Amino acid sequence: MLYVENLRKIYGEGTRTAFEAVGDVTFEVTERELVTIVGPSGAGKTTVLKCLAGLLPPTSGTVVLDGEPVEEPPEKMALVFQDYSRSLYPWMTVEQNVEFPLRHRRPGTRELATLVDETLTSVGLDGVGKKYPWQLSGGMQQRVAIARALAYQPEILLMDEPFASVDAQTRADLEDLVLELRTRYGITVVLVTHDIDEAVYLSDRVVILSPSPTTVAEIVDVGLPDPRDQVATKELPEFAHLRGYVWRSIKRPEAPSPTSP
Amino acid sequence: MTAPTRSARATGLGLEITVPVAVLVLWGLASADSDSFYFPPLVDIVRAFGDIWLFDRVGSDVVPSLSRLFAGYSLAVVAAVVIGLALGSSDTARKMCDPVVQFLRAIPPPVLLPAGILVLGVGSGMKVALIAFVCFWPVLLNTIDGVAGVDPTLRETARSFRIPPGERLRRIVLPSAAPQIFAGARVSLSIAVIMMVVSEMVASTDGIGYFVLQSQRTYAITDMWSGIFLLALLGYVLNALFLLVERRVLRWHRGARAGSA
Repeated sequence: MLYVENLRKIYGEGTRTAFEAVGDVTFEVTERELVTIVGPSGAGKTTVLKCLAGLLPPTSGTVVLDGEPVEEPPEKMALVFQDYSRSLYPWMTVEQNVEFPLRHRRPGTRELATLVDETLTSVGLDGVGKKYPWQLSGGMQQRVAIARALAYQPEILLMDEPFASVDAQTRADLEDLVLELRTRYGITVVLVTHDIDEAVYLSDRVVILSPSPTTVAEIVDVGLPDPRDQVATKELPEFAHLRGYVWRSIKRPEAPSPTSP
Repeated sequence: MTAPTRSARATGLGLEITVPVAVLVLWGLASADSDSFYFPPLVDIVRAFGDIWLFDRVGSDVVPSLSRLFAGYSLAVVAAVVIGLALGSSDTARKMCDPVVQFLRAIPPPVLLPAGILVLGVGSGMKVALIAFVCFWPVLLNTIDGVAGVDPTLRETARSFRIPPGERLRRIVLPSAAPQIFAGARVSLSIAVIMMVVSEMVASTDGIGYFVLQSQRTYAITDMWSGIFLLALLGYVLNALFLLVERRVLRWHRGARAGSA
């Protein structure tokens, strides 16, 4: 479904401060798969995601979604940012936030209102539509951001460290919410995280990035039984094994990264 | 944020009313026996105020003054917001225009009066133009700042949802810059009152400024004071109305700030 081939990104190319954030990244995501991207901090994870989203033009290499090269944000893709407080519009109510991206694609006010209502309910936010995002807790705000992305009816959902700004309990709830929604809506998910437990717990596959200039160090098949459970899944010996494996490949990449020019 | 309790609010309101009333009473008592030609008793001023401004000279002086004020002010705000949105959206345009803007806004407004009379004559058009000119700069500079300072995540979110550029400007950039635009508009409002009075003091045949100067020249000192009193009152009421509008429009802003603090 999504092919990333030899993706390379240099910021400020041709200047003295040129910085190679992403060296050479290749991976693919098949339909209905949940893939997480992990890597040490500063590994250009967000840069990779922004290139996938069509927000950032890569220096070289290609991103192809369903046979179409991604140059602008594609219509069948939605994005959830880490910082909900800066990606939700504080002058709009929760409902207006969810509805705003939809007005340009689907006419029909009645259907629109129903869609907004249903989506808010599906993320566990009934009855807060008339409130403003800043009247809600952090976890609920991130639910609004997720609802906004889902109501957009994407085929693929990109999430940039979506749970990094909430407390541990909320984080577990949101992880399970994503797993549940992904099954219910049948969407493909690509999620960037720096949390190895989270990556192993959520994923079908984990893409491990090397330190900058970023390459793909390894791609790990998770293969834990579905549905996942916060307690039972994490008690499995396979979970502990995978977690340790991913941990070690991030800390000490087997293949040393190619020297930069 | 803790909301002020009802009793605390009542105390605040009480103080707000008590102090001005006390000042007026003191002034009244101190000036009661005054036979100074320049400082007539407050009672006389109040009586003159009633005779002149309720509502004898409203049509002949207050209405012309206020219509010039509003015409000039609204022209300035609309033009400054439109141009500010354009300049703020482009780094190059902003840098190119900055020296010119800084130069023009450094002109002390009253000094434009002789030139204004020369070029535009002594009619209302000249006064409106001058008021508009001085009000333009604070709003323009604040709009440019506000637009340039829109959070990149807000912009990226809008882009990722394929919001058309016009809609992005109107529904994202404008509201996001609104707090700063309002701050500029409030500064402009007080300058507008000053410029209105100044423009009416030179080569004019009506207006509150004209009346005050005329009263002083004909030794109608009590009338002069009543005009000054009216101007102070107008300034106060205009500012209060402005705050009322601002509080309504920027309700989200105060809430969001309190929420994140």
